[in-house]
Amino acid sequence: MELFTPDFGLVFWMFIAFGILFLALWKFAWPVILKSVDSRADLIDKGVEYAQQAKAQLDNAKEEAQSFLNDARRQQADILREADKMKTQIIEQARSAAQVEAQKVMENAKVQIAQQQKEAQAQFRNQVSEFALEIAGKIVHNQMQQDKAQDKLVNSLLDEIENSK
Amino acid sequence: MKRLKFYIFLLLVAVSGSVAYASETSDSASAAINPKEIMFEHLLDGYGWEIPFDHHHRIPLPVIVWASDGLHCFSSSHLEHGHTYTDKGVTFAIAGPESPYKEKVVELTPEGEKRPWDFSITKNVCALFITVFLVLGLMIWLARFHKNHPYKAPRKGLGFLEVAVTFVYDGVVKPILGPSARKFAPYLMTVFFFILFMNLLGLIVIFPGGANLTGNIAVTLVLSICTFIATNMFANKHYWKEIFWPDVPLWLKFPLPIMPVIEIFGMFTKPAALTIRLFANMMGGHMIVITLTLLIFIFSAISPAAGGAATVVSLIFSIFMLLIDVLVSFIQAYVFTMLSTIFIGLANEHEHEKEDAADKGEIGKEIVDTLV
Repeated sequence: MELFTPDFGLVFWMFIAFGILFLALWKFAWPVILKSVDSRADLIDKGVEYAQQAKAQLDNAKEEAQSFLNDARRQQADILREADKMKTQIIEQARSAAQVEAQKVMENAKVQIAQQQKEAQAQFRNQVSEFALEIAGKIVHNQMQQDKAQDKLVNSLLDEIENSK
Repeated sequence: MKRLKFYIFLLLVAVSGSVAYASETSDSASAAINPKEIMFEHLLDGYGWEIPFDHHHRIPLPVIVWASDGLHCFSSSHLEHGHTYTDKGVTFAIAGPESPYKEKVVELTPEGEKRPWDFSITKNVCALFITVFLVLGLMIWLARFHKNHPYKAPRKGLGFLEVAVTFVYDGVVKPILGPSARKFAPYLMTVFFFILFMNLLGLIVIFPGGANLTGNIAVTLVLSICTFIATNMFANKHYWKEIFWPDVPLWLKFPLPIMPVIEIFGMFTKPAALTIRLFANMMGGHMIVITLTLLIFIFSAISPAAGGAATVVSLIFSIFMLLIDVLVSFIQAYVFTMLSTIFIGLANEHEHEKEDAADKGEIGKEIVDTLV
């Protein structure tokens, strides 16, 4: 069976051809290819890991941003509430200050009015006394026109002076 | 629908052609064909390379022989059609079918035919060289791509090559050999691509292909000898201990070394199995396609109608078989590489990885069982 008997020539050439192919590929092809394939696989693995980490970080960052946002909102609400409080306080203060001022003004006015009243009273009194004096003078003048009455008055006045001594 | 019509048309052309051929030749007695001869001509080696549609001319290849008086080198065209050729006083011829050196170059001496040392560049050797150049070229192309574009994956044609490289390297060599993958990968990858391209080239019927290389026992023998050398040269202490002093009851190894004998026998059955497996699988594929094709001519010799029917059936079946052979080409290259890897891996395993390796061996055995 010539099918099952290896031919010497073919074995010989096969050894040479395969040997040359193996040595040439060993020297020039496989180290480069396998190294590249390996390093690429490493790179891809690292890339996937990195992407996962980045995604985790991104998720964290999102959460952080959300918490920051929440904080900001809370602060905003606080500030608004405070401002509101302050506003009412200021209005209250202003109102009370105005009241005090108004009272002062009113009191001043009252004092003034009272003073003016007093003055008016004094003036009025002066005037009344003047009038009374004038009237009394006129009456006395009228009465003194009679001698008797004059004497009587001098006498009584003298009496009075004597009595007071 | 249009496509279906086209296929039917093609089929009809094929049928009518074979019918015409049959009606033309069935009358003449000289047309009797010898299927066995044709089959063996295609399966075996030859000193020239057939040209399609031409039975008289072949692509001549150099005949290199070391005869009784020294080296002779001449073209195979001188020996065609049973001619003898005298080179520097020594006459050569291709031995006839009755000779023990059937279809081989012999030296014609007065005492009779004598077979010289034959280093001829036969069809198979030539196909071998073509494959070597092809694989070398493709791999250096790929290597250059990697050198120029680090961290990049090639596209298109090179991408396919790259897929095959990673398929074998990441799928077979790395998982089985582990840390020593880089050490043996060059050999194993070379084996894989060499076998793959030899297989595929064998499926192409015309010139650069068509040689039944991996279906030739010489080729598979050399490949498995290389695996045998790689296995035993890099084997560790544990491997040798398993052969000469395995873990079996004492009476099995002393005084009569029954187990060591079996183990030593096993050392050689592994490469022998590799040789026969690849050879038989590839030769079988070629044989089936040739037989299917020959059926057309055998039936045409009986009657044109039978020839026509046989054409349809054979055509469909040979296309189917060739497609399967493409798959088989890949699988056989893969299996040869994987088995080599497993053999090397088993001889190389470290003590602490014994269980792992045993698992791998089991897996390997299973795969072998399913594929053989």
